[in-house]
Amino acid sequence: MSGVRLRVDRVACDGRGFCAEVAPELIRLDDWGFPIIEQGVISGHREADAHDAVELCPKLALWLEEADRTGPSQ
Amino acid sequence: MTPTTAHRLPPRSRGGRDNGGGAVARLLPDDPGTGPGLGDHLARHGDLPSDLESNRWRESLTGEIERSGLFGRGGAAFPTVRKLRAVISQPGLAVVIANGTEGEPASQKDRALLARAPHLALDGAALAAKLVDANEAIVVVHRDVRGAVDRAVDERRRARLDKTRLRVVTAADRFVAGEASAVVNWVAQRRPLPLAKRTRLAECGFGGRPTLVQNVETLANLALIARHGATWFRTQGTSEEPGTMLITVLGAVERPGVFEIEIGKPVADILAEAGELTSPPQALLVGGYFGQWLPGEPSLPLPFSARGLGIGLGAGLVFALPTGSCGVAETAHLTRFLASESAGQCGPCVFGLPAIAEQLENLASGHVTRMEDLKRWLVEIEGRGACSHPDGVARLVKSALKVFARELVEHQRGWCTGADQQPILPTVHGATL
Amino acid sequence: MSATTAAATTVPWLWLTSRASGLVLLVLFSAVVVLGVATQMGSAPRSWPRFVSAELHRTLALFAVALLALHVLTAILDPFVSIGWWATILPFASHYRAVALGLGALTIDLGAAVVVTSLMRRRLGHRVWRAVHWLAYLAWPLALAHSLSAGGDLGIWWVAALIWGSVGAVLLVVSIRVTAAIRGAVASASTLRIGSGPSRIPNGIRRAG
Repeated sequence: MSGVRLRVDRVACDGRGFCAEVAPELIRLDDWGFPIIEQGVISGHREADAHDAVELCPKLALWLEEADRTGPSQ
Repeated sequence: MTPTTAHRLPPRSRGGRDNGGGAVARLLPDDPGTGPGLGDHLARHGDLPSDLESNRWRESLTGEIERSGLFGRGGAAFPTVRKLRAVISQPGLAVVIANGTEGEPASQKDRALLARAPHLALDGAALAAKLVDANEAIVVVHRDVRGAVDRAVDERRRARLDKTRLRVVTAADRFVAGEASAVVNWVAQRRPLPLAKRTRLAECGFGGRPTLVQNVETLANLALIARHGATWFRTQGTSEEPGTMLITVLGAVERPGVFEIEIGKPVADILAEAGELTSPPQALLVGGYFGQWLPGEPSLPLPFSARGLGIGLGAGLVFALPTGSCGVAETAHLTRFLASESAGQCGPCVFGLPAIAEQLENLASGHVTRMEDLKRWLVEIEGRGACSHPDGVARLVKSALKVFARELVEHQRGWCTGADQQPILPTVHGATL
Repeated sequence: MSATTAAATTVPWLWLTSRASGLVLLVLFSAVVVLGVATQMGSAPRSWPRFVSAELHRTLALFAVALLALHVLTAILDPFVSIGWWATILPFASHYRAVALGLGALTIDLGAAVVVTSLMRRRLGHRVWRAVHWLAYLAWPLALAHSLSAGGDLGIWWVAALIWGSVGAVLLVVSIRVTAAIRGAVASASTLRIGSGPSRIPNGIRRAG
């Protein structure tokens, strides 16, 4: 079963940190509060966390991509 | 401490076309008598092939470009045919952007090309437009050569040379302004800042149209391949990295400047284009401020190619750090400059780069340095900006930590092996040699 | 005996429900505003992560919308007063207590804009959403004014306590936010900006050889 990849718009991201609060397995914050995101394919129960993070981001900076589609490199 | 034996290179015999195995005067005219005008250009290179409209021609030229192995000369070294095909595969009217921004202050090669052989680059832009089905080619040029390019475009218009409309735009004066999406953003909205990559430029770029962004030197090579073919193109260079390249040589050399060299020649020969070395090179900075440091003497016999050096050739900068200088201070100076040149859009860059610069300055001045944090930040900033600005800094600093390892130890003990810490590399835009 | 007088002599459930729901709504709306501002504020203790404030803000807001429907419905259906349907959204469409109800209608108009744009946030994009969301700062005082003029009952001590307590909470949180914003603006003006150019490396270390 193919999963998803979590992508972030680095320009929109403001380092609010909601994503790391709600999906700590996938996202952790650097020294300045900006997200370091799991690069690999996300599947199973972690996919729900990824969805939550996407919905919760106040800047709408996160989105999910189908894992088989190779988008532009981050 | 400082080596007392100078390293003398054999003097190069100048003049004539026999420079160790083949003329290296493809892009830049070797003969000082050849001017940048249209007449001289056509006399030197001949006309562009006709029959530029048919699909058969389009496929055949694309095939030639693929066989030639041409890769981008803007710094990323991406295979040109792949970029072309990505745009060709998109429906609708495309647009070509010829990128001569040259945001790297130490590099002069795009300006040199546009000043001395603008018509080659413009030929390439017009050809690329035909290939990808664009009705317009926007040529973004450094302000130093705006006049020269305007004149060239004017000549072509009067001679009714191109079906494609050529539009000239002066580039913005910023380091990140040369990045592909920043160029698009500049032309479209006068904001020379990289865009977040939600879609590829090849699919949706300038004005929502499929956009081909190509460095002017790449386009100039394209124009030569269209005339002479892939086999000819491959007579110089290596099999994986064919062709010639424009490089900017700076530092401990007699005559710094822009030279056209064959990829794969020994580094010592490359440096010798700029005359004698004024001092043995402590280290070489290759590529650009996004590039990497290499050890000086050990690199001299190596082939000047990505395969030979193990690093990308970037924008073709070759800087020889003189013996009396301090590589740590130079790197700290560059990093602080790069931090100040951040587009300011992404947290890891806005905060990470000044933090890294501060630690390098601590290193250079012998103060307490947070080495563990510095190393961690270098890993963490990679890939976390909208563009590759932080990646470039990480690359530069990591290579400095490796190449200047011995000097770093001395610095942490309070000693600097350089005579002074005055930085040499330019950090002002538009600085001409 | 007519239907209306018959209704007036029995317990006026509709009227009571309308007023009670109105009071609860004011408290709820105040809580929503407090949570919204709290979500924006910098630090979040481990026990109360910011996303909790954000989610609670959203949940309470949607609950308030449901309660608002009840509040409006009971007010209109109440046979004791005549309030037409239009008066819910058009200010001053009702002759009965025009100002008080007009304030209520304005609150609903602004509140509806905020809620609808929030539900469609993905489609509209961040900028549009944010611009409209600012109207919440206008909607709340309008709601308060509506409560004071249409509701009253401040003579009852616990009603007054709830109302002034809610007002106090909102004012406190907003003033904290405003002072933090001012302090932030002053701080960033005085610190060295990115882009000030390359700095000098101090020449204070011993030389070798």
